Amino acid sequence: MKDLELIVDSMPFLLQGLGLSLLLAALAAAGGIMMAVVLALLRLSSNRFLSGAAAVYVNFFRSMPLILVIFWFFFLVPMVIGRPVGSFYSALIAFTLFEAAHYTEIIRAGILSVSRGQGWAAAATGLTYGQSLRHVILPQAFRNMTPLLLTQGIILFQDTSLVFVVSLSDFLTTVTIVARNEGRLVSMYVFAALVYFALCFAASRVVGGLQKKAIR
Amino acid sequence: MIKLSNIDKWYGAFHTLKDCSVNVSRGEVLVICGPSGSGKSTLIKCVNGLEPFQGGEITVDGVSVGAAGTNLPRLRARIGMVFQNFELYPHMSVLENICLAQLKVLKRPRDEAEARAFALLERVGLKDHARKLPSQLSGGQQQRVAIARALAMDPIAMLFDEPTSALDPEMINEVLEVMVQLAQEGMTMMVVTHEMGFARKVADRVVFMDQGEVVEDAATDQFFSAPKSDRAKSFLSRILQHV
Ligand SMILES: Nc1ncnc2c1ncn2[C@@H]1O[C@H](COP(=O)(O)OP(=O)(O)O)[C@@H](O)[C@H]1O
Ligand SMILES: [Mg+2]
Repeated sequence: MKDLELIVDSMPFLLQGLGLSLLLAALAAAGGIMMAVVLALLRLSSNRFLSGAAAVYVNFFRSMPLILVIFWFFFLVPMVIGRPVGSFYSALIAFTLFEAAHYTEIIRAGILSVSRGQGWAAAATGLTYGQSLRHVILPQAFRNMTPLLLTQGIILFQDTSLVFVVSLSDFLTTVTIVARNEGRLVSMYVFAALVYFALCFAASRVVGGLQKKAIR
Repeated sequence: MIKLSNIDKWYGAFHTLKDCSVNVSRGEVLVICGPSGSGKSTLIKCVNGLEPFQGGEITVDGVSVGAAGTNLPRLRARIGMVFQNFELYPHMSVLENICLAQLKVLKRPRDEAEARAFALLERVGLKDHARKLPSQLSGGQQQRVAIARALAMDPIAMLFDEPTSALDPEMINEVLEVMVQLAQEGMTMMVVTHEMGFARKVADRVVFMDQGEVVEDAATDQFFSAPKSDRAKSFLSRILQHV
């Protein structure tokens, strides 16, 4: 009972942490997906230089531990732009660039899953390459890959717990602070686990539903 | 109107089209036939630049397809094309399928585009299906929508790549009827097909291809009564024995 009270009492603080985690995940997912569409198109380009450059980007970030990338940008971004930006923005940039690499492979597969004939049909009616992507190819590609994008989004949300390394208070950090201050490590971490589980379970149910719909 | 002169095309080291020359005059219907893998699809895709070619020249209404300065989307907007697998956009209604290029390429106002779409759907006998998704239609119906989608751009010529090959036999005629009507109205057409009944009825000329070459190019009567090459003869005897 005391544990429950503690959780209720610290709720505003915990919600701040959860809000930061969700905001960071949502912004990085949106930015990462937009960037990944461009990267995927470069990857698929017949220009060897462009597709090679995109491949280097993707493979580089995919081989780096995220925590290292977060660290780097914490030190690198202020150096490049010449003034401090705060840990949230440096973390957001790190997550976006990192997630873009992971989303690129998903989006590339999604684009390839649309049959070549669709592109021909669109081009044959006089649509430009850009128009055919926008109206014909990408809508079908996104429909095919929504489950994978969401799954990656869940992973991204879980990964936001790494931002404690640049002293941001994400959900897990706020939980840890409360747990330490009140000497309630076990119950607070059980609570954290339940919250992560509930959110991710809900999201994966959505994914499952979408997959069933995609099969039909 | 469509002029292919000495077209050569390679896929890597594979010589797909060998010195192919074909002409289609305004209002003419040309049927292209030949064994599978002979290069018919590749040839017809060269006409609107969906496939690049390495040698020779193609002009459509005087515009060179292969020239560097050609605005290909603009040229393609004037040439209708119908594919073996229909290639309707599965995420759009029938109406949207027919309107998309009218709106985005011709910049027609939406009400005008929809009016044109409905007129064409009526013409191909599918007026009541405008709001359906392609997946809710039979193959024959989908192919008629695909023809309507191409006609909505008011093309100066139509290309067909085996438009009835993916259809169940009972649906072939509903598609051929639309094509016959188009031919009789004077549309310039290039049709890859093995429907020899259709060829006899409306084709002005028949081209026979084999192994990337134009082996025979003859007036329709002449092609069926007295094919010159042995390859065309044996092809015809194989394909006509079922009719
Ligand atoms: N994208 C491609 N890459 C390599 N070879 C191809 C490609 N498309 C077609 N071919 C080859 O070119 C030849 C002609 O193909 P195609 O034009 O489709 O013949 P048809 O339509 O007469 O059956 C075939 O041998 C085929 O294997
Ligand atoms: Mg073919």
